[in-house]
Amino acid sequence: MAKVVFTANIQRHVLCPVTEARGQTVREVLESIFAENFQARSYVLDDQSALRKHMTIFVDGRMIRDRVRLGDAVSETSTIYVLQALSGG
Amino acid sequence: MSDRLLVSTRKGLFTVSRKSREWAISAVYFLGDNVSVTLFDRRDGRCYAALDHGHFGVKAPSLNSDRLGGDCRPRLSAKPDGYEEADVLGRPLDRSTARIWALESGGLDQPGVIWCGTLPGGLFRSTDHGQSWEMMRALWDHPKRKQWSAGGADLPGLHSICIDPRSSQRVWVAVSTGGIWFTEDGGASWTQRGNGMRAEYVPPEMAHDPVAQDVHRLVQCPAAPQRMWVQHHNGIFVSSDEGRTFKEITGVEPSSFGFAVVVHPREPDTAWFVPEIKDEKRTPQEGKLVVTRTRDGGKTFDILANGLPQWHAYDVVYRHALGLDDTGDKVALGSTTGGLWVSEDQGENWACVTHTLPPVYAVRFA
Repeated sequence: MAKVVFTANIQRHVLCPVTEARGQTVREVLESIFAENFQARSYVLDDQSALRKHMTIFVDGRMIRDRVRLGDAVSETSTIYVLQALSGG
Repeated sequence: MSDRLLVSTRKGLFTVSRKSREWAISAVYFLGDNVSVTLFDRRDGRCYAALDHGHFGVKAPSLNSDRLGGDCRPRLSAKPDGYEEADVLGRPLDRSTARIWALESGGLDQPGVIWCGTLPGGLFRSTDHGQSWEMMRALWDHPKRKQWSAGGADLPGLHSICIDPRSSQRVWVAVSTGGIWFTEDGGASWTQRGNGMRAEYVPPEMAHDPVAQDVHRLVQCPAAPQRMWVQHHNGIFVSSDEGRTFKEITGVEPSSFGFAVVVHPREPDTAWFVPEIKDEKRTPQEGKLVVTRTRDGGKTFDILANGLPQWHAYDVVYRHALGLDDTGDKVALGSTTGGLWVSEDQGENWACVTHTLPPVYAVRFA
């Protein structure tokens, strides 16, 4: 299962512990987590279910390219970081 | 009579209370967070604060909780696949709620009903104290909505919501820029209002088009709902027929440009404004912060300055940052440079509460 780490700054709004989840894409992994932690979803994704403008996601050290569909591939051993982008503070 | 103010700022929500005739900050909520507007619901005493968490988006919790149950943000309906939207200038229009710019209680006969206006112009209604929000699709889907344009922000913004005290189904909203819109069936259908307003900065053939009007703020007199006042990008306008037609008020010194307006709760001819040098500068005239007040429907204006800074003051008072209490006697204003002043005599004399707040977005008696 992929390991997902959320930025520390989100924790004061909604608890997002390090989590392991299944999925072949970033979307599948995150939706699996948000199914259990619905509150967290709107902090990461916007109204159209795209990644928020000022958020970013890294999979195994590489920034994802598909910010709308979140279709970047994830492996069983991937580590995903959900972070704030440096813009928009 | 209100002895408490809710002051929404760039870095938190401050309550300011009156004790022994002095006003002072009494509590801080959401310190560090951007609070765009706050609502005190007189029907049940609840407070609602609109938060913009920047990275993490817009939320609308009740005052003491950032974790109201459910997914409490007002959000636009999903964009159909392959459907892209652009504003009148051809720029892509973000379909995600970018800011909450208006929060108002529904009518007395509608406990729990809250209205919410946003950038990019979505209007929402909650029937459960903000636990969930319904988008007013009839307004969003109105063909003319695509003619709304960005005013002071990067997106069109719905900033004013007036509920008719005689019938909760009748609601006016105002958009910067997009003019005034009216429903008499609780939001099921909408028509444009606001004939007579004028925008001198657009091509002449568009100048009187109601949808081209950059209304900065729309208010309605509770005791005489036919009377509406508008602070417009182009000046001050007044209506005596529920916003169907407006008359321009000209010759107002030191300026008719500004963002905010409040109207007396029982005297429809009495209204207050905060003038600025018009759009190319947007600072007080000659560095003197003043409030203007008319008592005769706009025929004459008093310039009220006693207690306000009159030397190198660059305070801008945003559209929601001028507040009036239910008596019509207490007036408060907050500025972009962190100043907060209160008057207890309709603006004749002002006392500075503080001048070190974060930039103030909204001031409301509660």
